Amino acid sequence: MSEASIPASAGRGFFGEAPYRGIFGWIFSTDHKRIGLLYFWSIVTFFIVGVALGVLIRLELFAPGETIMGAQTYNAVFTLHGVIMIFLFIIPGIPAAFGNLIMPIQIGARDVAFPKLNLFSWWLYMTGACMALLSLFTGGGPPDTGWTFYVPFSAQTSTNVSLAALAVFVLGFSSILTGLNFVTTIHRLRTDGMTWTRIPLFTWTLYATAWIQILATPVIGITVALLFAERVLGTGLFDPTQGGDPIMFQHLFWIYSHPAVYIMVLPGMGVVSDIVAVFARKPAFGYKAMVVSSLAIAFAGSLVWAHHMYTSGISDLAVMVFSFLTFIVAIPSAIKVFNWLATLYQGSILLDPPLLFALSFILLFTIGGLSGLVLGSAATDVHVHDTYFVVGHFHFVMFGGTGMAFFAAMHYWLPKIYGRMYDKTVATVSWVIIFVGFCILYIAMKVVGIQGMPRRYYDYIPEFTGLNQLATFGSWILTLGLILMFVNIFRGLFYGEPVGNNPWGGASLEWQIPSPPPTENFGDEDPVVTHGPYDFKKAGIL
Amino acid sequence: MTDDHSHIVPYQTFVIVWCALLVLTGITVWVAQYNLGAWNVWVALTIATFKSGLVVAYFMHMKYEQWLFKLSLLSALAILAIFIGFTFFDVLYR
Repeated sequence: MSEASIPASAGRGFFGEAPYRGIFGWIFSTDHKRIGLLYFWSIVTFFIVGVALGVLIRLELFAPGETIMGAQTYNAVFTLHGVIMIFLFIIPGIPAAFGNLIMPIQIGARDVAFPKLNLFSWWLYMTGACMALLSLFTGGGPPDTGWTFYVPFSAQTSTNVSLAALAVFVLGFSSILTGLNFVTTIHRLRTDGMTWTRIPLFTWTLYATAWIQILATPVIGITVALLFAERVLGTGLFDPTQGGDPIMFQHLFWIYSHPAVYIMVLPGMGVVSDIVAVFARKPAFGYKAMVVSSLAIAFAGSLVWAHHMYTSGISDLAVMVFSFLTFIVAIPSAIKVFNWLATLYQGSILLDPPLLFALSFILLFTIGGLSGLVLGSAATDVHVHDTYFVVGHFHFVMFGGTGMAFFAAMHYWLPKIYGRMYDKTVATVSWVIIFVGFCILYIAMKVVGIQGMPRRYYDYIPEFTGLNQLATFGSWILTLGLILMFVNIFRGLFYGEPVGNNPWGGASLEWQIPSPPPTENFGDEDPVVTHGPYDFKKAGIL
Repeated sequence: MTDDHSHIVPYQTFVIVWCALLVLTGITVWVAQYNLGAWNVWVALTIATFKSGLVVAYFMHMKYEQWLFKLSLLSALAILAIFIGFTFFDVLYR
């Protein structure tokens, strides 16, 4: 792809070129790859904590009544599971970690547009994370509201909601600054020949995501700030006895938090688009349609927030309008699914671990998306609202979608960044175990939800015991698969066989430079791009 | 913001804009003494929109920026208007 002169051997690449000694070479570095790895390791750490909390929830629900913890502890555990998984893992997961690691290289840039701001974003992320964890041990104890912080309960509970809300405020700033950095980078720092239609689809999805981060995240900042004011100053904005409106909180909360779903899933779609094309050895089918659908999802996805509120008491007209708009989002999402399948059709498919995770994304995201139509349709939503069906649905979309895409990205790009390969057989086995465990866990949730089991409840009637035990059994299998996957990939990154520049046969820029990439990515000359990101013939791959 | 063609705005322009803002503030105060019913909010918001438009265009130099920056700002405003509009029509028909 590039005609630039690139150093033949870069040795340890950016690992050997720290600006300071030891840990300071990481936490004060402005190199986008070092910041990407800072994010990656922080995010994976929080993910492991989130998984542990999820397993605890499933253990408690193994049998009716108290199993391993009391009701108040249970409320705190599921709140923390949600806050960690949403704000510390899924939202920053792919954009902050892999966006930082890969996006500048994909467009031929030496770094992001504002490297210091980039480092500041990570510091804000860690500050917010520390505040969230601090809220567990200070004030009136761990927050027990669920990650949604709904009023009036969140305004009244004596637990430490104020600090947790402040943590979300700080984390939001981190997200906004990353979005700002990425939009500017993609506009201003593309190398010669990197036209808008030669940008890899992963970077395109990051661009669409970055706009949502900039436009929608301030709303969650305002929302939690108002909640803080409600608790500390008693402003009464959400209190009907003082002329306030509790439903207004739900509007404000979901104006951000539904677009946030697309902040979570769009970069995952980008990862899958890149991987499917590379492992099918075919240009991405309908490149321009994929780009437009990313932007359309970002835009239309910002207009559907009230489908979380059908039973909250909003007007019937609003229910109808938001239900209609919700169905519109299915169109660009379906375009993507059909295009991935069309890309695979008659391709020379290599079933390596990144593609296996990407394929499970396509299947699980589609199942999750279709069950989303049951919830988007107001008539059916009324019956399953706030049941385990919803929990099953969003785990299919978030974990089956974004989670699998995160794992796919790990298996696809980390060998590039570390210059070493994991054991592909073990990775494939772990993928099978994860997939089986996932399906048992979340399908059981969907079925028990259809039967009427409410979400968030500490206890349940004996009729639901069998399916709950099945779900818990699935969580053990899933956890086993995750442990195997992480041990294998991390062992591979540090002790695996060295890989060349292009282990998967990719045609985009990141595969044309050494593994690990050097600091500033491209030797003395900037690369000149002469063909598209999936033109394997011109890249000499085929 | 744009390095290649920085624009120097004469003081006279700033003074004229400042006077216009004062006049519009005066109109806001003057119109507040009349009860226009449902139009109260719309009149106040319209004047406020003009005022913020002047501030953004002249004091924040948006008038002299590239189309990309103008488009970015307009997109943000359009999205904000949609957020507020959709929330209000729920309240209106509740």
